[in-house]
Amino acid sequence: MKQKLVIIGNGMAPGRMLEHLFEVAPDAYDVTIFNAEPRVNYDRIMLSPVLSGCKTFDDIVIHGDGWYVEHGVMLYKGHRIAAIDRAAKTVTSEHGETVPYDKLVIATGSNPFIIPVPGHDLPGVLSYRDLDDVEAMLLAAQSREKAVVIGGGLLGLEAAAGLKERGMDVTVLHLMPTLMERQLDPSAGHLLRHELESRGIDIVTEARSARILGDAKVTGVELKDGTVIDASLIVMAVGIRPNIALAQDAGLEVDRGIVCSPTMATSDPDIFAVGECVEVDGRVYGLVAPLYEMARVLAGHLSGNPSQRFIHAETPTRLKVTGIDLYSAGDFAEGDDREEIVLRDAAAGIYKRLILKDNRIIGVVLYGETADGSWFYDLMKKGTDISEMRDTLIFGSAYQGGAPLDPTAAVAALPLDAEICGCNGVCKGTIVEAITSKGLTSLDEVRAHTKASASCGTCTGLVEGLMAATLGDAFNPNAVKPICACTDLSHNDVRRLIRAKELKSIPALMQALEWKSSGGCAKCRPALNYYLVCDWPGEYADDYQSRFINERVHANIQKDGTYSVVPRMWGGQTTADELRAIADCVDKFGIPTVKVTGGQRIDMLGIRKEDLPAVWADLGRAGFVSGHAYAKGLRTVKTCVGTDWCRFGTQDSTGFGVRIEKFMWGSWTPAKVKMAVSGCPRNCSEATCKDVGVICVDSGYEIHFAGAAGLDIKGTEVLGHVKTEDEALEHIVALVQMYREQGHYLERIYKWARRIGYDEVRRQIMDDASARKAYFARFVFSQKFAQVDPWSERVSGKDKHEFKPMATIDTLQAAE
Amino acid sequence: MNAIETKWIAVGSITDIPREGARCVEAGALRIAIFRTVDDDVYAIEDRCPHKGGPLSQGIVHGGCVTCPLHNMVIALESGEAQGADEGRATVFRTRQRDGLIFVSGADIASAEARQPVSTAA
Repeated sequence: MKQKLVIIGNGMAPGRMLEHLFEVAPDAYDVTIFNAEPRVNYDRIMLSPVLSGCKTFDDIVIHGDGWYVEHGVMLYKGHRIAAIDRAAKTVTSEHGETVPYDKLVIATGSNPFIIPVPGHDLPGVLSYRDLDDVEAMLLAAQSREKAVVIGGGLLGLEAAAGLKERGMDVTVLHLMPTLMERQLDPSAGHLLRHELESRGIDIVTEARSARILGDAKVTGVELKDGTVIDASLIVMAVGIRPNIALAQDAGLEVDRGIVCSPTMATSDPDIFAVGECVEVDGRVYGLVAPLYEMARVLAGHLSGNPSQRFIHAETPTRLKVTGIDLYSAGDFAEGDDREEIVLRDAAAGIYKRLILKDNRIIGVVLYGETADGSWFYDLMKKGTDISEMRDTLIFGSAYQGGAPLDPTAAVAALPLDAEICGCNGVCKGTIVEAITSKGLTSLDEVRAHTKASASCGTCTGLVEGLMAATLGDAFNPNAVKPICACTDLSHNDVRRLIRAKELKSIPALMQALEWKSSGGCAKCRPALNYYLVCDWPGEYADDYQSRFINERVHANIQKDGTYSVVPRMWGGQTTADELRAIADCVDKFGIPTVKVTGGQRIDMLGIRKEDLPAVWADLGRAGFVSGHAYAKGLRTVKTCVGTDWCRFGTQDSTGFGVRIEKFMWGSWTPAKVKMAVSGCPRNCSEATCKDVGVICVDSGYEIHFAGAAGLDIKGTEVLGHVKTEDEALEHIVALVQMYREQGHYLERIYKWARRIGYDEVRRQIMDDASARKAYFARFVFSQKFAQVDPWSERVSGKDKHEFKPMATIDTLQAAE
Repeated sequence: MNAIETKWIAVGSITDIPREGARCVEAGALRIAIFRTVDDDVYAIEDRCPHKGGPLSQGIVHGGCVTCPLHNMVIALESGEAQGADEGRATVFRTRQRDGLIFVSGADIASAEARQPVSTAA
């Protein structure tokens, strides 16, 4: 009979605990999780990169939905537990779900501390704790107005840097005289402040907030000295408090946190706790490494290994702000019995300080150059006597024992039990073992196998160094990402060289750019073909054998080898005659499935390849042309009914959509392009998640771009506002041409725009009229060769060989 | 295969197939893809990817391999073996060219035909 394990909370600590538990005792428990957040387990440390735009939510998911299914875990998302009944051994959620337990784990984490100044509950005052907070901040950041971050600690500064990155004016208010005073000494705090200020973030130290201003929503904050700072967003990041309410209501022993023994048991032997809500030996924890250690200990106990004990250890801190290297660990207060070694390099912005006691390191602060952090930390943890190397100690591991070494050698010099990844407690030996025994060659593989650098990612450099030391020349982290194994060149290099060297065929290109394979591969050939089609319209002969089958036969291959066909319906409009022709075609060819698509088209699925030309011939007679539903090219322009019918319509959105589609159909692009035109801001054609979208307003046309609603979900960016339909068309066409010329093959507009910068797109398309007109002219020229209906070409006999078997042979004849 | 003389069956001319392309030959329930490489070498493979049965004849031909259009498994044309980390093998047929004509081994077709599951052939 399996025991019932119920977990309250679905953060990183219980997630890690379950990973350990399933590893050693996969069948010991029926597991049920109640998560107050409506989502799966994600890497909370990585919220800052999500805020700054370096990562998306999907990038930071630790356990996707599939993981819970695979391990038979019942996960209640968005269910907050209201009460624990210890006598009956049940928990009850706010939705009234009651579940019995044999063992219960409380992992309620912590709550952000909100300073109880007047106005703290106004809309626009946020904490920085979970994805909801990040999403609220991103929404607020769209205004590009002013933000105030209260709290100059680790989280506050990451929030400030992220909001600045998103275009807000940011002021940080910090109560203490220097930033991150718990992790940094004043000198390093000063360097950090200087760096943040040079990025345009205002910093006010010794700032005491008196009240938050505003009636219906936040307008600013007033300090005790009377200073008023305007802000439409206030983020409070002043600390966390263990979330103990539930445990307290259940009568468990609590103090600052839920009081636990070193075996993670609470005062009730069937109830355990793990994570930020826990207090052990009078200490509570907020960094991930000790929480993961708790997870390991608890998993041991739940799987019947009672020898594990949680032992306090110092955890090093790193700041996750791009371009700022900062590392600190241990105790760095001054004292009579302490000595220090300091190294400063003002020009390079480097500051290093080691705090020593009895010839042993007890504290480390590194700013600007943190590669030796792990080495110092290792010496500190082991209490190594450093008198022998005292003179050169501060220069790091590379300088010990003679000549200076390169950074790779520094990693190579670390002992095998040196901890590389603090978050996941992975030491050097584990990583080296995995690299050599499993033949790992990429960072992603090492992350997958060892978890090193898979949480906060700040030890990525060390892991890469370790890979370099272990693999030698076989590892090159700085190499540009080549298109594929056939070349060392990146997409950018190839596009540049095609123009610079006037390469006009695939064989010429492969020769000139020294392709390593004779005929390329299925990855590079379609990319090269597109680049040549785009750059040399009218000169380059499209190489069909380098196109994916869908573009070669102008239909979409399905899992059983049949095809689907989507005729073009301009702007999503159709007529009775067209519908009749489709219906006849479906009957005549016995087409099994007819489906309406998301782009306002009709899809006919399950057509045999041999029938394609005949299907197209019938559709062609009704006036249909190819809908290019298979193409890395212009697919659909979705429209609403606009001023024709809608009582809210401000412009002729249908007419404009049809006009765009007739102008742009047939063009090839790096990846598919889907557009929409909405007749008013109600946005019924959902233009704000398209590659390019238009929202009509009374005063003209608001042009949007870089939306996504597939693998990623992303609202569009505003390109700008124009007054007339002609101007709108010119801007849209120029934008798409810019993308055609710069995009990497298979890179959607939103990824391209993120790579080169939204402002750069606006500058070239909105602000630089001559650049815009040049793009427009190049698109128009290219269309002269592109706007040929591929279906009618094939109906008239082009590529006949594609659609007929070469021979049918009698198998009896073969057997003779 | 042993050394017994096989019968060679003509399936068409090399010019029927585009370079770096393929066309199919139907033999009962069996569909054989005939590939022509950039160097005019010719290979015959059953038109079924060992992974999920994808039509290999529809894939991109590069070097001595074809990439299946369904899930990008790369199959060597000569051996039918899946390349890289994938495992699997497509049935291959011996071919011969003479005077621009392509011939496929009748014995190979017969033995592949015998291994087919109970035929759905018309």
